[in-house]
Amino acid sequence: MRRQVHVLLLFAAVALMAPAGIAAQAPQRDLYFAEAVFWAKQGLYFDALERLDTEITQHRGLDEPELDTLYPFIHDAEFFVGDFELNFRMHHRAGRAIAAVLEGNVPEVVRNEAAYRLARIHFQKGQLKDALIAIERIDGRVPAEIRDDVDYLRANIYLATARPEEARPILRRLQGARALTGFPEYNLAIADLQEQDTEAALHQFEKAGSVKASDESTRAIRDKSNLVRGTLLLEAGRYDEAKTALERVRLDGPFSNQALLSAGWADTHQSRYEKALVPWNILVARNRTDPAVQEAMLALPYAYGALNVHGRAAVLYNQALESFGSELNRLDASIEAIREGRFLEALVREEIRKDRDWVIRLRSLPEAPETYYLMELMASHDFQTGLSNYLDMEDLRRRLSRWGASFDAFDGIIAARRDYFEPRLPALDKQFRDVDSRRRLRLEQHEILSDRLQSMLVAPRPEFLATTGERVVSARLEALREGLDADADAELIERIGRLQGLITWQVKTAYHERLTAFYGHLQDSQQAIDLLTEQYDAYVRVRQAATHSYVGYDRTIKRLRTRVGEASSRIDRLMARQGYLLEQVAIRELEARSRRLEGYEERARYALADSYDRATAAQAAVETALPAGVEGE
Amino acid sequence: MQKPIAATFVAAVFLGCSALGWNTARAAEPSAQELRSLDEQVQEIKTDVLAIAAELSALEEQLLFPSSTQVSVFVSLERPDAFRLDAVRVTIDGELAAHHIYSFKELDALASGGVQRIFTGNLPGGEHELAVTVVGKLPSGKDYQQTEQFTFEKSIDPRLLGIALAGPGAGEAAIQLNDW
Repeated sequence: MRRQVHVLLLFAAVALMAPAGIAAQAPQRDLYFAEAVFWAKQGLYFDALERLDTEITQHRGLDEPELDTLYPFIHDAEFFVGDFELNFRMHHRAGRAIAAVLEGNVPEVVRNEAAYRLARIHFQKGQLKDALIAIERIDGRVPAEIRDDVDYLRANIYLATARPEEARPILRRLQGARALTGFPEYNLAIADLQEQDTEAALHQFEKAGSVKASDESTRAIRDKSNLVRGTLLLEAGRYDEAKTALERVRLDGPFSNQALLSAGWADTHQSRYEKALVPWNILVARNRTDPAVQEAMLALPYAYGALNVHGRAAVLYNQALESFGSELNRLDASIEAIREGRFLEALVREEIRKDRDWVIRLRSLPEAPETYYLMELMASHDFQTGLSNYLDMEDLRRRLSRWGASFDAFDGIIAARRDYFEPRLPALDKQFRDVDSRRRLRLEQHEILSDRLQSMLVAPRPEFLATTGERVVSARLEALREGLDADADAELIERIGRLQGLITWQVKTAYHERLTAFYGHLQDSQQAIDLLTEQYDAYVRVRQAATHSYVGYDRTIKRLRTRVGEASSRIDRLMARQGYLLEQVAIRELEARSRRLEGYEERARYALADSYDRATAAQAAVETALPAGVEGE
Repeated sequence: MQKPIAATFVAAVFLGCSALGWNTARAAEPSAQELRSLDEQVQEIKTDVLAIAAELSALEEQLLFPSSTQVSVFVSLERPDAFRLDAVRVTIDGELAAHHIYSFKELDALASGGVQRIFTGNLPGGEHELAVTVVGKLPSGKDYQQTEQFTFEKSIDPRLLGIALAGPGAGEAAIQLNDW
């Protein structure tokens, strides 16, 4: 069998930045902002968005926002909202929010960061022209922590728009950036390939394939560089170099299956079949749903056949046939299960979704053919997007359902409060009115006395502070004096005058003392009024709280109930459509897989027959060559 | 700076391994446009549900936790490396208010500067007692448990209390009550 080295190199888009994550450390600290980070860090973006959206909305509604704890972090908060929205797959809203920051009256660094983020969103959505426009708006000072990211994104946009000559100097500069190790080198190789300079590309892949890696992403890009380099060399017929590159790919990395397969072909092309057996024997022991493994199941007996070990080749072809057959049965069962609607049911199983590795666990479920190929289906971008949306909607559906049920509980609470307060409030209100009238009376009296005090401070009026006794005696003396005619006893008139003088003496001499006492009493009166006012305010608050605890909710609850109902119906419709499309994509992909396996099966069947023929012929040749007496020993 | 991860790469290289090459993109192609349109509708419904959530949350707060009686307690981790936090128990006036056992994700979120709202409830105005018990493990593997008592005033405004955990070695700051 001749291996067709058919390498499709498609260098359309290059490295995409990761979907916006959350900054490693939340700013210190607005409480609700930090609470939103707490949710987002757990991947609960809906809760994070709900919290931070509310906080920002409240902040914007303040008369004096500069007094709010969010004020120093408002731009960060707006960017975080954008990040949360991206992670919650709400690109439109994220784009709008960031564009709003960009157009606002913000400092240069903030505007540049917004432009970067907007460019990143456009790039992720494949809107390259918009991404370019956004990134070119960056002008002036860029925050140091995103400077390399900005340049890296700019280079990627240039590469994706086939402008390698502009990407190259940027990528060269980024080669030393620690957080990007391996990525600029890899993309420089892509730039070389775009300019048809394969030799330069191979050199760059070599560099990217030998970087020191301390984390998984760098190890992955290193593996990928070696795989691509090996594949290019294999296609160019430089088999030894290809094998060296392919052998650098880690055996436990995501690219190892393809590397093992290609390494075997590199040996086979040089007729080193024994050496090819090593990677292929490793490969055939791996997961048999992987296309590279399936191909190795045919390649391995092919190598044995080339080594004239036809019996072993026949056995392996037979095993491949059995494996393909059982795989085909499994595919049929999976397609059937999906058609029966069990696929979507399995995806939203609560106990599975709680598990971090739920996609992997779905495979290990007994009697669950509907999800056996889920990991393979996840390789398709459309399927992945559709599945994420389906699961997001399931989450929203559950929330809405829970909220729908809580409205009845709210109604119950409100009814209970109304039943409790309404019979009690009339009596309380009567008491309140009594307190209030007493308070008003006191207030009026206090006001009059205060005015009097003020006037006495300006012009002394001792008579204002005369005691009741002095006033009565003085009035009686005056009445007596008025009752006397001109012939009255002069001594009597004098006595009355003396007594009046005595009272006047008392009133005037005690004036300052009395004024001080009056002031003290007025203060006491003020305290009593303050106490009454406090009681009054407390009553008003409690009275309002009582009323607010059951009045005024009906319209809000009714409106929310309607909105929840409408949203639930829309989600049901969308889920049905999304689910149908997911099923269709899954079925189509599994059917394509079936067709490929049927092709393999056919090849294996022919190769098996051929191996039997060759094995039989070899056996016959041996028997012919042996002396008669040896036969049967 | 965020690290680009390999999983997010648009495949720069598609390796076709045989003449029977299986192209997933092609298989899904007929419905791609419909999927995109659906994707946009899903984004719209998410926006709508978020708006409902915000309004509902305001209603709940008004109905269940009016500002005159509202008390919220938040937990933050000030020195994540000092110990491994397992659980926090909060009692107010001797009554259990919250007992939370932390998952790995929650600890990671706290270590990244996130703040957890551990309790929201209603209390009358006046002075109250708050007791916080922290349970965890030290880097040496030994068990760690510490309890601190605090008093706080509740007035007519909502009261936000922050428990900052710094763990052993932080002296008096091991468990601190902050007023927010």
